[in-house]
Amino acid sequence: MDELLKKQLMKTACKVRMGIIEGVYNAKSGHPGGSLSIADVMTYLYFAKMNIYPDNPKCPDRDRFVLSKGHTAPALYSTLANRGYFPLEELKGLRHIGSMLQGHPDMKHIPGVDMSSGSLGQGISAACGMALSAKLTGDTYKVYAILGDGEIEEGQVWEAAMFAAHNKLDNLVAIVDNNGLQIDGKISDVCSPYPITDKFEAFGWHVITMDAHDFDSIEAAFNEAESVVNQPVAIVMTSVKGKGVSFMENQVSWHGTAPNQEQYEKAMSELKASLEELEG
Amino acid sequence: MADMIKKATRESYGEALAELGDKYCNLYVLDADLAAATKTGVFKKKFPDRHIDCGIAEANMMGVAAGLAATGKIPFASSFAMFAAGRAFEIVRNSIGYPHLNVKIGATHAGISVGEDGATHQCNEDIALMRTIPGMTIINPADDVEARAAIEAAINFEGPVYMRFGRLATPVFNDKESYKFELGKGIQLKDGSDVTIIATGLMVYEALTAAQALESEGISARVINIHTIKPIDEEIIIKAAKETGLIVTAEEHSVIGGLGSAVSDVVCASCPVRVVKIGVNDVFGYSGPAVALLKEFGLCAENVVKTVKEAVAAK
Repeated sequence: MDELLKKQLMKTACKVRMGIIEGVYNAKSGHPGGSLSIADVMTYLYFAKMNIYPDNPKCPDRDRFVLSKGHTAPALYSTLANRGYFPLEELKGLRHIGSMLQGHPDMKHIPGVDMSSGSLGQGISAACGMALSAKLTGDTYKVYAILGDGEIEEGQVWEAAMFAAHNKLDNLVAIVDNNGLQIDGKISDVCSPYPITDKFEAFGWHVITMDAHDFDSIEAAFNEAESVVNQPVAIVMTSVKGKGVSFMENQVSWHGTAPNQEQYEKAMSELKASLEELEG
Repeated sequence: MADMIKKATRESYGEALAELGDKYCNLYVLDADLAAATKTGVFKKKFPDRHIDCGIAEANMMGVAAGLAATGKIPFASSFAMFAAGRAFEIVRNSIGYPHLNVKIGATHAGISVGEDGATHQCNEDIALMRTIPGMTIINPADDVEARAAIEAAINFEGPVYMRFGRLATPVFNDKESYKFELGKGIQLKDGSDVTIIATGLMVYEALTAAQALESEGISARVINIHTIKPIDEEIIIKAAKETGLIVTAEEHSVIGGLGSAVSDVVCASCPVRVVKIGVNDVFGYSGPAVALLKEFGLCAENVVKTVKEAVAAK
């Protein structure tokens, strides 16, 4: 990847992470761990990859994004705010009465949200519908969906996986956020979905692996995805839950807990330091 | 009436979609390996490129329908009521209902009249389930004429619609030429002053038959067809409650949460009168020929007559 672009994306990802912490702290609830693990890929999609129109969020030829792991809405909201869909200030209203920023993505009220999601396993089916829709009428937009590694324990994901391969949805890219942790513990201990890559391959998908926190790896994966024909693409990314905030990294306890004031300040100062280092 | 043509509303569903496919090029039909039974096979034959078989995976089918609607298509997601409303309930709620997407759900094989397949496939709970989803429109047509009109009305309505169709051939009593479908409006088929029978689906014809029999026994029964269960026509119900002072509801559905409950909600709030419910009484069905089963469960004109007579006597 172009070094200048890479640095720019790293800085933006840092701001996206700050928005996540800001939102979850003010909400006093929410899911920081899995939001932080997808911050880099969200940044890449919205700042380098997707064909989108922040000033015209419903433009019909836009690429679609479905956050199938909808509980990590803070990452989506922070990305959208940083991309200019709505003011950053809105993030402080996350999960509050009167705010448009619902606990899980709400397409009816939030500019830039292409699909309501939150009940796990459902977003990928809607993404399949969107991708099929483009195929049916010869539209050229692409559809991206992010799933959790715990989420793929849902049976509906595999109904969708079968459907996407059967219908040769090569305009669909599903990204599996393999941070290895779910609410009750390690995914390998709870009810292991491993081997993830083999499963998608067996279902007829083209599978790519990437490092979720390395923009060179991210770019290479999406470039490869672009070249695939007649098959949907699954990008299984190895990530760190809580990435970017030292005390949240790889800690299952940060799946669905908000930081207190002290933790908030520590997290923000770490992220600020990272940003300054990049800007320095 | 003896020579009245009979037709299952699932046939109407398939045929209407095939007919309307020409007029509405944005219409797509989805199935979960039941196109032969939901009768959408007729559509599939005529518009193979606009029919999507999702395989035996109703949850995914509903999500795919949501995605199609989110990108401007009008999908009709078809399956048996048991799987469309039952198995896929939470997907219908969260992926279709919550974002209020323009998905039409064609649920065939509703009720006890599924017949020989028995309890696992006799869905008597779908109306109750669908009623609880905010913004969901529910239509339960009474015959072929009404079903066809309802399908076109659903296409022209923006928002999620659950449509309930039957497997059993039932009398086509509405007049094709004069019939008008108005979403959310009940239809008074017969006036009466002693009691009002409010019916839906295949029980409408039974209610009409019963009302005629009651007439000869000196009981004047009003008959109202409620094809749209949600939003329900409160006005016609309140008027009936006020003018006849007694209501008997009749539906091929559980007495819990269906038409009878919806009518009771309206009556309790606005004009309390006695409401007697005819339906499936909180039990599972069992295998048998459809018509015989309907009689077993009291879903027939004879039982409507009996119930109405008892209710009027107790008035």
